[in-house]
Amino acid sequence: MPPSNLRAALEALLFSSDQPLTLALLGESLDTSTEDVATALRALEAEYADRGAGVQLREIAGGWMLVTAPEHAEWVGRLLRGRKKMRLSRAALETLAIIAYKQPVTKSEVEAIRGVDSSAVMATLLERNLVTIRGRSKVVGRPLLYGSTPEFLDYFGLRDLSELPRPEELRALVAAREPEQLDMMELEVIAQVGSDLPVSSDQPHEIEPLGGDGDVAGEPELAEDAARERT
Amino acid sequence: MTDREPTDAAPPNPAEAPSLTRTLLPRREGRPPVMVKLERFEGPLDLLLHLIKRDEIDIYDIPIARITQQYLAYLDLMRSFDLDVAGEFLVMAATLMRIKAKMLLPLPAVGDEEEEGDPREELVQRLVEYRQFKEAAGTLKLREEDRRQLYERGMLPGEDEAGPLPLAPATLFDLLDALQRVMARVPERAVYEVRAEAYDVEDKLALIARLVAEDGAVLFSTLLFRCRARAEMIVTFIALLELVKLGHVTVAQSETFGDISIVARTSEGSTPDATVESSGGA
Repeated sequence: MPPSNLRAALEALLFSSDQPLTLALLGESLDTSTEDVATALRALEAEYADRGAGVQLREIAGGWMLVTAPEHAEWVGRLLRGRKKMRLSRAALETLAIIAYKQPVTKSEVEAIRGVDSSAVMATLLERNLVTIRGRSKVVGRPLLYGSTPEFLDYFGLRDLSELPRPEELRALVAAREPEQLDMMELEVIAQVGSDLPVSSDQPHEIEPLGGDGDVAGEPELAEDAARERT
Repeated sequence: MTDREPTDAAPPNPAEAPSLTRTLLPRREGRPPVMVKLERFEGPLDLLLHLIKRDEIDIYDIPIARITQQYLAYLDLMRSFDLDVAGEFLVMAATLMRIKAKMLLPLPAVGDEEEEGDPREELVQRLVEYRQFKEAAGTLKLREEDRRQLYERGMLPGEDEAGPLPLAPATLFDLLDALQRVMARVPERAVYEVRAEAYDVEDKLALIARLVAEDGAVLFSTLLFRCRARAEMIVTFIALLELVKLGHVTVAQSETFGDISIVARTSEGSTPDATVESSGGA
């Protein structure tokens, strides 16, 4: 039986969790349809905004999460005295970007793009659970394939991978930063690079899963699975 | 320690003075080198993009000879600072030189079955692709900052210090550039290392004996004038006393406060009147 005050019950659930909760999980727990949960979420979001609340709702990593409002970050930060995780290094961000756009991808492919050995960075990213092993490629040597995780989305506050800038947006950003004539060659190159960019449509790798379930599909499902497992 | 006149100001361009810094920072023996461990986060592509950006070069029309020269100069610079120049940098150096060589060769005749494009093309593609991912990393960085403004539940206040101070977003190559600019401003200064010399009584014994043997006599003042340090004078004096005691030489003074001459002792009995005096010594 659904709760009599859905919005309040929803708030209670969100308050109780430090992880994003998916619509499916919320609906299941509240014995309510996901449509009704979505409506209640929007109402709750508006309510916080209207009264200038110290917390807000954010859609992160395929789920919903209660977080402190950014305008109070300074005070919360003082309370926590810097108890935040270390920022990622430039190398880590670069490596993550390549993995996020090109996944599933092997270490040597990442290194080919970066032009440097990336073993240490990859180890750090694996340890922080920002990337994960997705399986093995069926090419010679059967190298491991890497992909991003729900924690990756959470770390960058992304709803899903589609929130990353599209290749053409990236190109515009580069062009704005380094103004130079766009000639045909660039367009060609971009087209080539672009075709490799997100997300799962034409994967260069035939994947051989490591685990039993064999589910190595797109990110949102993974996020949901992981969220479900955690709860 | 002496200051020498600055002989030549360092040219600001690394390409013109690749080994300059090596002379500025001499390696000193017998002292443990200062080790700075830097995370190896910059690769050859970073370096090329850095050079291209710095000189506002059109990435699609890279003057390959110039870039190669600057690239190699940079490697030299990095080595002179004992930065670990990774193998990838050398591979890129080889690639650059190969492209440079190809560009020097005449283009294959039109109609050749093997159609070779611009030898730079592959490199340009890599650079453009890499630059895009760097841009993507930049947007991730912004998202990271935004996300850090949001706190979820469950974080506990701790006693930890606030963590490392945020650093300006400078790359390794920016640092090297800055260092080189500073070096160019600082006139070269000759630094001499001064070491205390050890003096040996045995050596001085031999020296005095030799001088006396060669010239028949030597003035005490001459002996001391040869000395460069007080310690050396003392050692010389001790050596002289030793020689007198052993009876190899004898000392004579013609007048009070006069110079003392050291003469070889010829044979027994012929000792001059003057005995060993210490007046007017060191």
